[in-house]
Amino acid sequence: MTTVEFEPWDDPQEKPLIHFQNVTKKFGEFTAIDNLTIDIYEREFYALLGPSGCGKTTLMRMLAGFETPTTGKILLAGQDIAPVPPNKRATNMMFQSYALFPHLSIWENIAFGLKREGMAKPDINNRVDEMLRLTRLEQFARRKPHQISGGQRQRVALARSLAKAPKLLLLDEPLGALDKKLRQETQFELMDIQEKTGTTFVIVTHDQEEAMTVASRVAVMDHGKIIQVATPDRIYETPNSVYVADFIGDVNIIEGTTSTIGEDTYAIGWADGLAPLNATSSTAFSDGQKCHLAIRPEKVAISTDKPEGAANAVQGRVLDIAYLGNISTYHVELLSGEVIKAQAANTRRISRRSYTWEDTVWLSWTATAGVLLAS
Amino acid sequence: MRRFFLIAPPFAWLLLLFLVPFVIVVKISLSDAALAIPPYVPKFSWAEGIGTYFGQLDFENFTFLTEDDLYWKAYLSSLKIATVSTILTLLVGYPMAYGMARASSEWRPTLMMLVILPFWTSFLIRVYAWMGILSNEGFLNQFLLWAGIIDTPLIILNTNTAVYIGIVYTYLPFMILPIFSALERLDGSLIEAAEDLGCSRLTAFWLVTIPLSKTGIIAGCFLVFIPTLGEFVIPSLLGGSNSLMIGKVLWEEFFSNRDWPVASAVAVILLLILIIPIVLFQRNQQKQQEAEQ
Repeated sequence: MTTVEFEPWDDPQEKPLIHFQNVTKKFGEFTAIDNLTIDIYEREFYALLGPSGCGKTTLMRMLAGFETPTTGKILLAGQDIAPVPPNKRATNMMFQSYALFPHLSIWENIAFGLKREGMAKPDINNRVDEMLRLTRLEQFARRKPHQISGGQRQRVALARSLAKAPKLLLLDEPLGALDKKLRQETQFELMDIQEKTGTTFVIVTHDQEEAMTVASRVAVMDHGKIIQVATPDRIYETPNSVYVADFIGDVNIIEGTTSTIGEDTYAIGWADGLAPLNATSSTAFSDGQKCHLAIRPEKVAISTDKPEGAANAVQGRVLDIAYLGNISTYHVELLSGEVIKAQAANTRRISRRSYTWEDTVWLSWTATAGVLLAS
Repeated sequence: MRRFFLIAPPFAWLLLLFLVPFVIVVKISLSDAALAIPPYVPKFSWAEGIGTYFGQLDFENFTFLTEDDLYWKAYLSSLKIATVSTILTLLVGYPMAYGMARASSEWRPTLMMLVILPFWTSFLIRVYAWMGILSNEGFLNQFLLWAGIIDTPLIILNTNTAVYIGIVYTYLPFMILPIFSALERLDGSLIEAAEDLGCSRLTAFWLVTIPLSKTGIIAGCFLVFIPTLGEFVIPSLLGGSNSLMIGKVLWEEFFSNRDWPVASAVAVILLLILIIPIVLFQRNQQKQQEAEQ
């Protein structure tokens, strides 16, 4: 069986659906978006991820037409959309607060955009029914928004924004108001709907797990700039900066200085009196260059005895254990005073665990486990 | 027991200050006028007994109200003036409430203050002030003559126009405040959502803002309509002899004619007419409260 990889961003023939060209947006003195250039391709599920105030919502509102760039251009399918008002754009938005019209029924909410288009009555009926089926809301059609649950409201908002079959659907923190379990279910529903409808989705979120789950590509933003755009696995495995490594998931950051051992292999001097760490990196580092080694906790093994033949092994004392049921995160204080987090699956009953608080343990990881990042 | 003590004061209040006076008014409306103090008979006396007392009451005054066309004309004219001035107040008040709700949050308390400020002066004095503005030699005519817009003074005072101006001015805050509170709670993202789904600014206003401020509009309209229907001060000070309102008729029956029974009958009918909008108003308030839950 062969599967066609969906990677339009690697295909130079492919024309992006949306092209931001050196876009800057200022609110008075404050720069919300700083000289930003990105491409979003058709059928993509593009996640804008960043802390609050990083400009991700502003970026989305510019796509919807509620804000205009101070300088720069936004092209939608090759057309500059700056002069097009929101009601004339082929984009629809799902609002963070859902913004369902409280005086209209679920059915009328979904039909709202279609009626404005002047669509014929039978066509509206068909389209609304189709949307209700897609979001599994058939039995709620006659209810008012305040008569249904949060999860259902979220689906109504989605159905309403999808009803007009927009070229581009914008989702502003769509799952923020849902509890964790419902959120996870809805994430898969969203992906499912995105695949079924073939619409391009741009989602704004501050929840990295959500971005990783749903998106085909994730753009990590900070202070109005894009720090890295890549597929979720690449963002996680090969972050391009300490900021991205730290923002996505849990990470140990060890500061040190490099010295070359062989091709792509480096020794990192990091603490007085301790053996240097071994790491590989495809980016070149010069001798004595300051660097950060980023290692994910799940790539650090923990054991009572010193492991044989490990590329990196350090001794420490268990400071804290975060028990999460399926896995535990151990906070281990090294002799140098640094705290390294190691994650292990709880394959045995907790009473049979061979180390606990205050025990001396060994942490080890391979040379390829970490990512070497320049300061 | 505790519940009883909690609801007892409002009930006692209503009983003493509404129900008892109302029963007295109803009783007077069923009596006959007389040259006496107080100017009506029968008066209750232990000697004649309760049977004779009730026997002397009749609906004569109410029949009289239907016979003289002055009364029903006054009721109709009051209804017309109240309806027209409610619509005018809505037309003036809605944009003001909308502007207030759209103003930045630091301006809102000031604007609210400006709306309420007229209440700091006596209502009577404010209506008198309008006489000074609207009269033939008043400020308005002087200004218009000075500006060259008119050659001869406009006759506004002692016409229905003056009554409308007075009512709209006086009751404007009662229209603005409920509409403002409805508009202030309106989520701005709803308007954006409407625009996103293809509405122009105007259709978004018509399809979202207006329906969502409906409860405020209804509350404001009733708060203006109900007191305006029985309004007495404004038509008697600003209106002419031909601006007929039931409040004025009522006053004249009481104080000029000293016919308390007929005046009381007029008042009872007015109250019966008002019950309909009051019940509707209560319903609207209840609906609004339910929607908020």
